[in-house]
Order: sequence, then C-alpha cells, then structure tokens
Amino acid sequence: MATSTSSNVNVDEPEGVANKSSKKDINNKVDLVINNRKHANYVFDILEYLQADKEKDVVCAVNACNKLFCALLKRGDLFVGQLPSEEDMLSAEHSAEQKYRMFMRHRYNSCTDLLLELMHHESFQVKEGALLTLMKFVTMEGKFPLLAVDWEEHYHFPRELLKAVVGQLLSEKEDMALLISRFQEFLEMEDVRYYVMSSVSDSVARVMEKAKGVALPVYQGNVFLLASSVCMPSKEAELSNFLVKQAAKQEDWKAAKFKEHRRAFERMWLCFLKYKLPSSMYKKVLVILHDSILPHMSKPTLMIDFLTAAYDVGGAISLLALNGLFVLIHQHNLDYPDFYKKLYGLLEPSVFHVKYRARFFHLANIFLSSSHLPVYLVAAFAKRLSRLALTAPPAALLMVLPFICNLIRRHPACRVLIHRPSAPDEPCDDPYLMEEDDPAHCHALESSLWELQTLQKHYHPDVAKAAMAINKPLTEEEDDISELLELSAYELFERGLKQKEKQAVPLEFEVATQLLGGSGGVLGAHFSLE
Amino acid sequence: MGKPQKKKSLADKVRRTKTTTEIKNNPFEVKINRKKFEVLGRKTKHDVGLPGVSRSKAIQKRKDTLLKEYKQKDKSNKFIDRRFGEYDTKMAPEDKILKRFALERQRTNGKKDIYNLNEEEELTHYGQSLSEIEKFNDALDSDSDSEEKGLLSAELTASHFGGGGGLLRKKTAGEKGSEDGQKPKSRQELIEELIIKSKQEKRERQNQKEEAQELTEKLDQDWKSIQFILSKKPPKSEAKEDENKPKLEEYDMMVRELGFDMKAQPSEKMKTPEEVAREEKERLHKLEADRLRRMQGDVEESKSKKQVHWSADDLNDGFILDKEDKRALSYQDGKWNIEEELEKEKEGEEGDDDDDGDDDEEEEGESGQEEESQSDAESEDENDGSDEEEEDSHSDLDSEQDSEGEEEQTPKPSSSVSEEEQLAQQEAAKAELPYTFTAPESYSDLKSLIHGHTPEKQCLIVERIQKCNHPSLAVGNKLKLQKLFGFLLEYLGELATRSPPELGTINKLIPQLYGLCQLFPDAACKAMQTVLGDSAHEMEEAIEVKGRASFPGLDMLIYLKITALLFPTSDFRHPVVTPALMYISQALTKCPVTTLEEVTSGLILCCLALEYVTLSQRFVPELINFLLGILHLAVPVKQSLGYTVVPPFRPVGKNCDLLVIRSAEGAESWSRKTLPLSGVQGLSFLSEVERDHYRLSLLATCLDLVKRSVLLYKSLSSFDHIFQPIRILLTKHLPVESCSTHIKDLHQEVLVSVSGAPTLQPPLVFDKKKPIPLKLFTPKIVEVLDYGKKRGSSKQERERERLKHKYKKEFKGALREIRKDTKFLAREKLTEIMSRDLERKRKVKELFGSLATQEGEWKAMKRRKK
Repeated sequence: MATSTSSNVNVDEPEGVANKSSKKDINNKVDLVINNRKHANYVFDILEYLQADKEKDVVCAVNACNKLFCALLKRGDLFVGQLPSEEDMLSAEHSAEQKYRMFMRHRYNSCTDLLLELMHHESFQVKEGALLTLMKFVTMEGKFPLLAVDWEEHYHFPRELLKAVVGQLLSEKEDMALLISRFQEFLEMEDVRYYVMSSVSDSVARVMEKAKGVALPVYQGNVFLLASSVCMPSKEAELSNFLVKQAAKQEDWKAAKFKEHRRAFERMWLCFLKYKLPSSMYKKVLVILHDSILPHMSKPTLMIDFLTAAYDVGGAISLLALNGLFVLIHQHNLDYPDFYKKLYGLLEPSVFHVKYRARFFHLANIFLSSSHLPVYLVAAFAKRLSRLALTAPPAALLMVLPFICNLIRRHPACRVLIHRPSAPDEPCDDPYLMEEDDPAHCHALESSLWELQTLQKHYHPDVAKAAMAINKPLTEEEDDISELLELSAYELFERGLKQKEKQAVPLEFEVATQLLGGSGGVLGAHFSLE
Repeated sequence: MGKPQKKKSLADKVRRTKTTTEIKNNPFEVKINRKKFEVLGRKTKHDVGLPGVSRSKAIQKRKDTLLKEYKQKDKSNKFIDRRFGEYDTKMAPEDKILKRFALERQRTNGKKDIYNLNEEEELTHYGQSLSEIEKFNDALDSDSDSEEKGLLSAELTASHFGGGGGLLRKKTAGEKGSEDGQKPKSRQELIEELIIKSKQEKRERQNQKEEAQELTEKLDQDWKSIQFILSKKPPKSEAKEDENKPKLEEYDMMVRELGFDMKAQPSEKMKTPEEVAREEKERLHKLEADRLRRMQGDVEESKSKKQVHWSADDLNDGFILDKEDKRALSYQDGKWNIEEELEKEKEGEEGDDDDDGDDDEEEEGESGQEEESQSDAESEDENDGSDEEEEDSHSDLDSEQDSEGEEEQTPKPSSSVSEEEQLAQQEAAKAELPYTFTAPESYSDLKSLIHGHTPEKQCLIVERIQKCNHPSLAVGNKLKLQKLFGFLLEYLGELATRSPPELGTINKLIPQLYGLCQLFPDAACKAMQTVLGDSAHEMEEAIEVKGRASFPGLDMLIYLKITALLFPTSDFRHPVVTPALMYISQALTKCPVTTLEEVTSGLILCCLALEYVTLSQRFVPELINFLLGILHLAVPVKQSLGYTVVPPFRPVGKNCDLLVIRSAEGAESWSRKTLPLSGVQGLSFLSEVERDHYRLSLLATCLDLVKRSVLLYKSLSSFDHIFQPIRILLTKHLPVESCSTHIKDLHQEVLVSVSGAPTLQPPLVFDKKKPIPLKLFTPKIVEVLDYGKKRGSSKQERERERLKHKYKKEFKGALREIRKDTKFLAREKLTEIMSRDLERKRKVKELFGSLATQEGEWKAMKRRKK
C-alpha cells in the first residue's frame, strides 16, 4: 500500500485558492477515510498538511486529525498490542483487516509525533490545537486502550503519550508559560495530575543528569511553572475527577490514592530542588514554598536541607527561606542550631528596602515574641534594628519603631536600652559593636538606643512622634504592627495629602523674589538657571 | 364655720399657754416633710413644720393688722398713741414702762413752784420759753427775709435787741440814763427806730443784689458775643469765674457742651524711618516665633493646654468627652491684620518712605503711584485709577490736618527717582500692552494671553490680570484669581518641560505666584497638592510595574522648589511640605541612577531636601544614603568596601562607575562652575574631557552637600554612625590625588568635619516626670437658679426666665394670702354679726323681761286696786 501513496499526493495546488480549498479538501478527505477504507491513503495527505507552511492549513489539519483518529479509535480500527514495524508487517502473514489496522496505527503514531513537534510551532494557535488534540487522544486512548491487556486487572492509562506531552511542555529552549497555563485545566483530573507529576520527576532527573550541575534557566522555569500549577487536593475524599475510568478496582489504582499523590508530588519537588537553581528561581520557589508545597508533602522534613541551604545563601533568599523554616520549626519540631544568630546576621541595611520586608518582619516578630529568649539577644536585635533604622525610609521606620518598642516591652530587662538611670550625665562612646556577628558578644545591653533619639528629629512628623515614645516609660500593651507591616511609601504620602488642616494653611512669610533663592539657597549655590 | 372656729380658738388658747419647747416635743404638733433623698451639704428649712404654731401666728398677725384696718374702715379719725415706745415692738414692756415713768418724773422735776398749779409745764417756742417771750408784745418781724426766717441769730438779736433778757435790762438802764439827759424816748419810738433801721438795711441789700445781677447779665451777653470766637479754645477757668451762682443749670449745660466740643486734637505722630524699621523687625520676630512654634509641632501644643476642671469622678485616664475647640491664633490672620495696619500707616505717610521694608504692600503702593502718574498722562482704567486716587486724596487730607500742629513733611528724593524710572518703563510698555485683561477661564486662555511676549511683559500681564480682577472689585473675581494660580502653576511646569527650559521666565513669574499664594492660601495648597499627588501616583504605578521609577522631570523639580518658596518648610506637619518631602524621599530611594542626567536630578533633589530641612534641622536618612551612593559611583575600585550602599544603589553593577574620572587630563584642567538646571533634560559632551569636567562638577556638588549636611546634623546623637560609611569611603576609597585643588580642599574639609573625635553621649533616660499634682476637688461652680432646669441660652433669656418664675411664685403666694385674708375677714364678720345678734337677743330678752315685770307690776297693782 505504501507504494500507492506518491500517486495520490496532490498538494501542489495554486496558492490563491489554497486557503478555502485546502480546508474543504482536508474535510473531504477525512470524511472519505472514515467512511470508506478504500480511501485510506488520503491519510498521508492529511498528515502532509500538518507540515504545511500556512498556519491556517495546519490548524485545519490538526482538527482533522483529531476528528479522524478519534473516530478510528472509537471504531477500534487501530491495531491493539505490540506493533510490528512496517517492513515486518508487509512480510508477515496478516489478514487484510489486520493490515489495515496496523497501517492506521502507524499513521496514528506518526500523527502524534507530528503533533508533538507542532507543540513548538511559532503560532500559539497551532500549539494550543496540538496540545488539545493530544490530550483528546489521551482521553480516547484511555477509553479504548491500544495496549494488549495481558491480565484482567491491569490499569490502562496512556502513560507513554502523556509522558511525551509533558516532555514537550518542559522544553529546554522555549518558555512554555502560555501553553502550561492552558494545560492547567487537565491537571484538575486526578489521574492526569498523578502521571504528569511522575513524568515531571523522570524528565527532571533525565535532563539535569545530562546538564551535569549547570543551571538551565528556561527548562527549570518551565518545570517550575508546571509544578507550581499542580493544585493538590487537601483531602482524600476529593479524588473523584478522573479522565479515564477504570473498569475494575478503581480504588486500588495508584492514581486514585491520595497517599500516592502526595508521594509523587513530593518526589517531583525534591527532584526539582535537588539541582542548582538560578537565584530568581530560588526566590520564586521560596515564595510559594510555605503555603503551596510544604502542606502537601508527606514528609515536609525532607525540605530541611533545601531550606537550610537557602537560609545560608544570604540576602533576600535567606529572608524568604525563613518562612519555610518557620513552618518546619513550628509544626515539625525542627531544631535549628544558631537560628537566632543567623537571623541576627540577616539584619542588613537592605532589609528595609527589599520587597519582602513585610513578610520578614512578620516572621521576625513571631520569632522574637518568645519570652524565653535571653535578654542579650533581644537587646542585640533591638540595637541592631535601631542602628539600621538610620538608613531606612519613613514607611519602614513607622513599622520598625513600634517593633523595637514591642521588643523592649516583652523583655522588661531591656529597658536599660532606653532608660539607664544609674549613670546619668556620664557621656560614653557607644559600646555596641556593629561588626560583631554573634549577638552574645556585641555589647548591646551596655548601650542605649541613641539612634531612636536621633530619629526624633526625623523629617516625617509621624516618625518623629513614634520615636518620641521612648522619652516616657512605655505603656503596658504592645503596639499592633500588623497593619504597619504592609504600609507603603505611597500610602504614607497619600495620608499626608488627605490630612485635613483645620486651620488655614500656613504660608512662607519671606517674600519669594526668585526661583533659586530662599531657605539657605543650597540649590542656587550649585545650579544656575540655564 | 362656727365650729372649727371654736376649735381653733381653743387650740390657740392651749398653744398660747404652752411654751415653744413643749410644743416642739409634742408629736401631734409636729409635721415632718418626708424627703425623697438626702442631698449632701444642702440645708433644708422645711423638713419639720409646726402647722399649729404657724397658723396661730398667721391669725395673730391678721388680727394685728387686717382686723385693725377693718375696724378702722369708714372712719376718718384716727387714734394715735403717742406714748413713748408704743409701737416699738422691740422694746420689752418693762423697759417701756420704766422709760415712761422716768420721762414723767423728768417733766415734773423742772417745776419752779410747786404751788403754782398753772405753770405746770414750761411752754416753748423755737427753744425759747414762751413765758419769757410773751413779755414783749412784738413778735418776730413777719416780713423779715425768707432767708433768715425764724432765725434769731445771736448777731441779730444783739444788734436789734441786745439779746433777750439783756435787752430788757439795758432798756431799763437806758431809760434811766435818758431820763437823766434829754427826754427819754418812749418804748414806741425806740421800736419804730429799730424798724426803720432794719428796713433800710434790707433795701440796701436788695440794691446790691440787683446790681450784681445786672453785672452778670451784662457779662453773659459779652460772653455770648465772643463765644463763637472762642469755641475751640475755651478759657475754662475764666468762664467758671464769670458764671457763678445764677442760672446754674444753664451754666452746667454749657460747661458740658464745651467739654464735648470738638477740639483740634494733635494727630498721630509721624513715624520716623527707625520706627518703621523697628515695627517691621517686630513683625518678623513675631512671625519667626510663630514659625518656631509650628516647627515644634503638637508636642508643644499639648503642653500649653490649660488646666481644665477636674471632676471628682475623673479617673485620670485621659478620657475627656468634650474637646477644647479653641482656635489658636492663626498665622494667616495675624499676618493679614498686621499688614492691614501697615497699609494704613503707609497711607498716612505715603511718599515719605516707600523704600523702607520689602513688603509686597510696598509694591502695591508703588504701583499705585505708577498708576497715578499714568492717569495724569492719559485716560486710565477706571476701576484701577479711582481706587488708588481715593487713597491718595485721603492721605492728602490727613497731611493737611497734620500740618497745623506738626512739622512739615519732607518727601524723599529717592522715591521720585524710582517713580521716574517706573514711568519710563511704563511708557515703553504702554506702546503695546493693553491695561485691562479679563481673567483667563482656562489654561489655554492664559497661554494665548501671554503667548509671544517677553518674560517681563508676561510678568506685567499677570500682574494686570491680578489687578483688574481684584477680589474687592467684583463677586466672582476671587474664584477667577484662584483659578489663575492653578493655570500659572501649569504654565510654569510647561515652561520647564520645554527644551531648552525657559527658566528665566519662571524666575520672573515667581513673585506673581507668591503674591497669588498669599492671597489664596487654600487654593494654592490644593493646586500644589494635586500636582504632587499626580506625580507621586505616576511614580507609584511605575514602581508597581517595574519595581523602579525614573527620576522626576525638571518641571517636578521646579514645583518642589516653588513649594519651598511658597510654604514654610520648617513646620512639624504641613499639608503641602510634608507630602513634598515624602515625594523627594521616594524619588531618592526608588529611582536607580544610570546616567549623568539622573545623577544631576538626584543631586537637585538632594539640594532641595537639604533646603527643606535647613531651618528645622530635621534628619533625612535618604539624603545621606543618596549622597553616599553618589560618592560610591566615583569609587574606581569596588573591592573590600567596608561600607554598604543602600538601594537604589548597588555595590557592583554596570552603572556603578558613572562618576569615575577617566582621564587625568580632565581632572587637572577642571575648574569649578555651577551646573545648569537644564542638565536634567539631557547632556551632550563634545569630548571625554568635557564629560570628565561634568563628572567633577557633580562630585564637587556632592561633596559640598555632604559638608552642609555634616554641619546640619552635627548635633544629632548618632552623628558618628550616620556618617560612618561616608567617612570610610572618603578616607579609603575616593581618589582625590589627581584632582584639582578645589576638590582636594573640599575633600579635606569634609573629612575633617566628619571625623572629629567621636561624640560621647550620656545614656538615655526617660524624661523627668512632672510630679502629678494632688487632686484638688475644686468645686464646680454652677449658677444656682431658683427655678428647675437651666433654660435659655443667653444671659438675658435666663434672667427673663428667672423673673417669670419669680413672678409666678409671688403671684400664687399673694393669691393665697388674699384668700386667707378674706377667709379671716369673713370669719371676723361672722363673729361680729353673731355677737351683735347675741347682744340684740339679750337686749330683747331684757326688754321683754322688764316689760313682763312692768306688766306683772301693773297687773299686781290692778289686783291690789281691786
């Protein structure tokens, strides 16, 4: 039969009519193939269209393939079982019916190969069509398995096909974000999710082994997108939405077991995180770690290595790792040596400027809320924070000042930081050592919070007022800083604008005569009106 | 009525017999008024009542008064008891009797002859015993002067009679003497002589009096004739002397009139230039004090809050229901008031010292002169001119009056010179510009008005718009000018965004903007806030999308500078300045520096931030961070820094050596000059050397800013720590060896000021707590009102209410009394009638009895006759 193919190919039509006529042509041929086995060879034409240059032709062809092979699968016109190669097929003795089926099965295989290739097409429409068609095939294959069942209780699921789809999604060269988000709807299905997770871990293991420790940003980005779009059910009872219904023993199927799901999920993430990540990826993972990864793992403690490693990286990554660590310490009895020392080490000027400021201070507030902490430690934190406050923007200051006051309130022994009546009027140099890493040796307890005194002269009235709090004995109840955590500079700015002035607006009484004059004339000293 | 009457009288009788203590102890006599609740410290009068006693008292009183009157009714005669102390209730009866007896004894005591029954009492007339006077048959002269009526003064008696008994004796002696000499005068003759004499005297006196009267009348007339002349300056003392006794009222009236009369008063003294200067200084002092108060912020406000009343129930938890809404003395008001005063003063002395003081009022005054001169030259805008002229005419009037008593004014030559200059300028401008402008309704209107004119003329146009639409001229003008401020602001922004920016024009328009702002602070505040808000919003959006923003354009920088010019930057909290500072801070922390243009705008922002806090010496962390970052850009080797830069700067990166000097040649040939503001919009350099020069200028500026901020923050307690990174950077990393001497000097200067000996700080202690004063339960004084609740708000209303209440109470009481009186009278009448009836019955009975006896006797006689 293969010999007759060349004669039937007539794709070289004039370009002008191509659009409409090719669509008609394809649809005609699909109908012919489905209705009559005589025209089986038109399949080649249809597959040819899949490789066409024009986007519209390709889309049509993809749809046609979808229609054709779904119909064939439904009818059972595809060969089931171990498929012999085409040469063997010709030579071996088969009935015509079987030969037809084998032939169609071969075409089906080549069609899926082509579709998988099309997933990297430049047009998103094509990509999407290919993906959807492939997933349709997966569904149909699940219903009408193409593998010979050797025993009754075999669970059939088109694992290979799905794996191939996942393999294509996790491209090493191309950012598949859009397609992955399209794919997300299939991840709702329990069985698809399960097999996707296992294929992801396989893929990661394979690809990263090959890369030998070099980070592959695009690939890892794709993996992260796919992995993070996995939405795990929180309870076993919710496992009900399946793509493929098993005939027997549905409950015993691995994909139907909640525990297996968790295990697969865990394996996927561990596999992914085992390898070196680019720092932006690190941050992305850490941001979602505590609330979409850790709760769904069967053994969250396995994350300890990853988190401690991230915590040691320093900078923003450490700040983010803090959140995961907190979950582990809080819920899984993680004992972290020198945790506070490291936390102390995290306090750097940039801590007030990074995006994750609110999250960090929220956690720091929790970590430092224990009343069993040694005084020297709390004093060191208070002192370091106030030293850093000298470079902080006003929005951060409004948060950190009550934070420091709260620390002193919780640990009354720290009151000496703001009230040392024993040696008044004895000027001394600040004994605190900013460079010392160990809070135990930084002499914070012997110091005073002169920085806060300085901040009483801050230009922002609210900050100055907040800093004034240390002039008087602190009140008993703590300030609530939860609202202040998220305060942004713009909010603060707007607050200043909205402040209703009861009195008339005060005006400058020095008469303005020129642009660069007035208030010290600093601008005029350096710049000219040019 | 009879029965209770009897009972009562019986009760009264019993009561009268008993003593008060007995009554009070008798529980049947006492009526206790039950109180609902006790009020601490309130004295009650009426808790225990003795109804019986009070009733009997009332009855007794009526008997003493009403009954008496009733009895006296229809009787014209009155019996008055003249006995001593008859109506004196205070006197004890025993005393009365004693006194009366004593008086009786005294009277009888003085009798000369106990046997003379007729002369029991010596009768007197005007203190003279009648018995002695009677001896002379002539009584006192009846037609004697009314002035000395009935007064037998010693002098008179001595001259006329030789006095009483003496006269008698003399007479007898005289008689004896005359009998010896000539024919003695009879008594009759003597008396006649006396009469003639006294009549003569009388006549003389009358004549004198008439003469005096004539004289005064004459004087009066004289006075009247010269009164008009003297109306201003009355010789008071003279007038007083003239008008003595006669026509007292008239005189008084006239004196008063004179007192009220208009006198030529000395006008206020001319102010010397020193005085004016001193006043100006005082005004500035006051404004400065006000500024300082606002700089301290709310802290001081709370301190100065005056003590309020503390209730005994006050928990001292600071919870106060009603706030004090007392408005503090507003800055603006103070200013305007003062300026108005100044204006008045200026009116009074216009032309004297125009060049004193640099107020904008002065500007107005000058312009007024201009206008005047213009109006001389040609027909002028009516509104404008008449306004000014009116002022002038007033001042003329004033000066005329002044000149009477005061020294002459001396117009200074300087003002006339300036006037001439102005005139010349006006002449030049007059050629093209119209004098009236309608206020622009939209921004495009304004633009079309000023389009194509030179900066000076634009300035003039805006000024004229302002004048033609002065708020006092028409109702809608205020709104128009308020809008004008917004348009002007927009126009300035547009000027700044043009390339090249027309900064000269902006500079010229600043005084106009300031003037408008002074007129409409609220509108200016709002316009400025919108500008800032819009720009900040834009920046915020950029930050949200990209995580960073670009530096604000030149227009925003100009706006920020204008903010500093229009509003006081030192206030603790200000509706415009605080947001503006927030804006600067946000720009300094969120905008990454990647080009030299951005370095320039960053440095401008730093300059502005420094200007904002120069007076208040407030701490701006972003400023130090940014300056450190800029200096960091000039560090060539970025290894082992020893300091950390704060975002938006990064320790290493692609734009981190923006200010590193590339060639030694450029470093050497550089000389300091000011940077152009337009550098923000774009820079073009011909050669690398020129670029290096620009870099060095930026560096010098940055170093100077560091120096200024070091001086500014020297007093802060954490000064060392604030400047620690800069110190390290300057000592270890910044290469200055190859630079010119200016940079080297600057570097050295900053280094010295930064790395002084570490300041020693005393450890922190809390503020000394003021001892809480003992709680004194000062009584809350509430006006006690004799009627229930406090009604009415004003004092008059309350008084009215009180009187109404009192009237009602009194009315009721009176009614009750009257009722009781009538009751009493009726009772009395009844008893009278009853007693009368009883009497009549008795008499009838008697008559009947006597008749019966008569009859009986008569019958008996008849029987006996028989």
